[in-house]
Amino acid sequence: MSSVAPADLPVGENLGSIEAAERSEYGTKTARVKKRLTSRTATVIALIIAVVWTIPTFGLLVSSFRPAELIRTTGWWTIFQNPGFTLDNYRDVLFSTSSSSPQLGAYIVNSIAIALIATLIPLVFASMAAYAFAWIRFKWVNWLFIFVFALQIIPLQMALVPLLQIFSTWLRPMQAWLHDVVPIIPEQNYLPLWLAHSMFALPLAIFLLHNFISEIPSDVIEAARVDGATHGQIFFRIVLPLATPALASFAIFQFIWVWNDLLVALIFSGGTQDVAPLTQRLAEMVGSRGQDWQRLTAAAFISIVIPLGVFFGLQRYFVRGLLAGSTKG
Amino acid sequence: MTTADLLGKLLQVVMGLAVFAAVVGLLIFFIDKAPKKGRDYWQLALFLLPAMLFITVGLVYPAIRTSLLAFQDSSGDWTLDNFVWTFTQPAAIRTLINTIIWVLLVPTLATAIGLAYAVFIDRSRGEKYYKVILFMPIAISFVGAGVIWGFVYDYNGVGEQIGLLNALVVAAGGEPVQWLQTDPINTFLLIVVMIWIQTGFAMVLLSAAIKGVPTEQIEAAQLDGTNGWQRFMNVTVPGIRGALVVVLTTISIATLKVFDIVRTMTAGNFNTSVIANEMYTQAFRASEVGRGSALALILFVLVLPIVIYNVNVLRKQREIR
Repeated sequence: MSSVAPADLPVGENLGSIEAAERSEYGTKTARVKKRLTSRTATVIALIIAVVWTIPTFGLLVSSFRPAELIRTTGWWTIFQNPGFTLDNYRDVLFSTSSSSPQLGAYIVNSIAIALIATLIPLVFASMAAYAFAWIRFKWVNWLFIFVFALQIIPLQMALVPLLQIFSTWLRPMQAWLHDVVPIIPEQNYLPLWLAHSMFALPLAIFLLHNFISEIPSDVIEAARVDGATHGQIFFRIVLPLATPALASFAIFQFIWVWNDLLVALIFSGGTQDVAPLTQRLAEMVGSRGQDWQRLTAAAFISIVIPLGVFFGLQRYFVRGLLAGSTKG
Repeated sequence: MTTADLLGKLLQVVMGLAVFAAVVGLLIFFIDKAPKKGRDYWQLALFLLPAMLFITVGLVYPAIRTSLLAFQDSSGDWTLDNFVWTFTQPAAIRTLINTIIWVLLVPTLATAIGLAYAVFIDRSRGEKYYKVILFMPIAISFVGAGVIWGFVYDYNGVGEQIGLLNALVVAAGGEPVQWLQTDPINTFLLIVVMIWIQTGFAMVLLSAAIKGVPTEQIEAAQLDGTNGWQRFMNVTVPGIRGALVVVLTTISIATLKVFDIVRTMTAGNFNTSVIANEMYTQAFRASEVGRGSALALILFVLVLPIVIYNVNVLRKQREIR
């Protein structure tokens, strides 16, 4: 549920535009205020918070490169007294085929396959709906839009049990049939996860994209109408290209959300390496081998590296999308 | 993973894309070929069809059905037993109490720390990097965060402590503790993880709001001889009231629904369960669908007033503007 309407908050360029704020429009007046406001104590406290916030992740990263024997017997902060560097942990969790190792390769493929399509489906369907809500006008359509908007308050938990029943009645036979026709596709396939994630994403997606698409100047749309363009053409040639920033924000948010999800995966994936994503495997490892820190640290780092990469690479879009959907689920 | 497995997965993705493209293509074809009579209606219906179908099957029908299941026993007869169980069994009551502790502590502490941090780093050199540091955990999955903090809380039965927390305790002359197994400290340690994740969110929103407070007001207060704390309480805080409400309510909703952290770190054992985790455990582990549905409904009822309040505040803000 998004109780934060992105259009209403000045958060769009947060992390990116700080230099801009420091530039001209403030100038010397601000500089004077700034000096008086930031005391030394404040700086020290901020520094302490920053360090405390970084240490846990840093410890994980350092440990993932230490030999198993050293992780088990010494703290990671003693790395200078007990030096040791190895890539064995990563080699073990990624490539080892022994049945006792986590064999993360298959799960990485699953995470990518699930997140890609579970982002694409709601993106397209939601932008179609958002276009209709914004540009094909009937009175009752507004009520329908408000209804869809209100659906965002329903917690995922409300939908899980019945949806699982629906899937086992209707989807399971289809999956079995597909497996018979194309044996290479396992009976447990990605379909339930793709559908479930898409369904849960739609209310937020429609709301976000509608905000943006309804802001497109009506002159543009009407001019195209006058020239005889159909709704289909307008949607593909005008609306989608103009809505790219909003589409990107939502896509990134949804991709990370699906990548990081555990609850939906636990219920709809079946838990085998045919379908289960990385998060589910990691959670399983914590449960069954909670003390194998050499594997857990490496596996955890692998699972967070893609979201972190997106975070650092596409910060502006990421922040916008994330703030907009911060209470989804 | 064998090559055949990988091929099967690739094939699924390719087929999924192909089927999806075909569906969208077909829809657009019919949209453009809609009959002249009532053309707008046809086109509207076709544009909305896929999304509405998904929403009905995936949310509307299930939510109604869950609400009904909450009032049924396993044979389908109407009953209030599920709610009686929730409010009388010691374990279930503990779940509710834990949820209340979570929702009291996480929003307030995350907002307080985020606000303090945002004020302290405001317009300081390297503000951008300070922000990134605090905001980074929000990109990490709750499961990943669970592992990261599980390592901090680790307990070693023999030899040196490798968990940071126990190492600190030992260095201070204490005895190491099995943190996650010790009630009630374990609930608070799980709450720390959620605060760690949410503080960045609070900080980014509040920092943007602080920059919106006019410099003139602060300078005027300064001329009146106020000190930093007075300026903060009387100028800055009223100026960012709207953002504070949004941050508090948003984090409250996220906290009410917290699942992954508890599931990963303790699975709800040792008296750490919360509603969302118990809902999963009852409905999908213990096959108590009625109890699970009742818990889901309780979660919904708890979220509802916060959302309504939030929407109201946002609407008022818009009217002022």
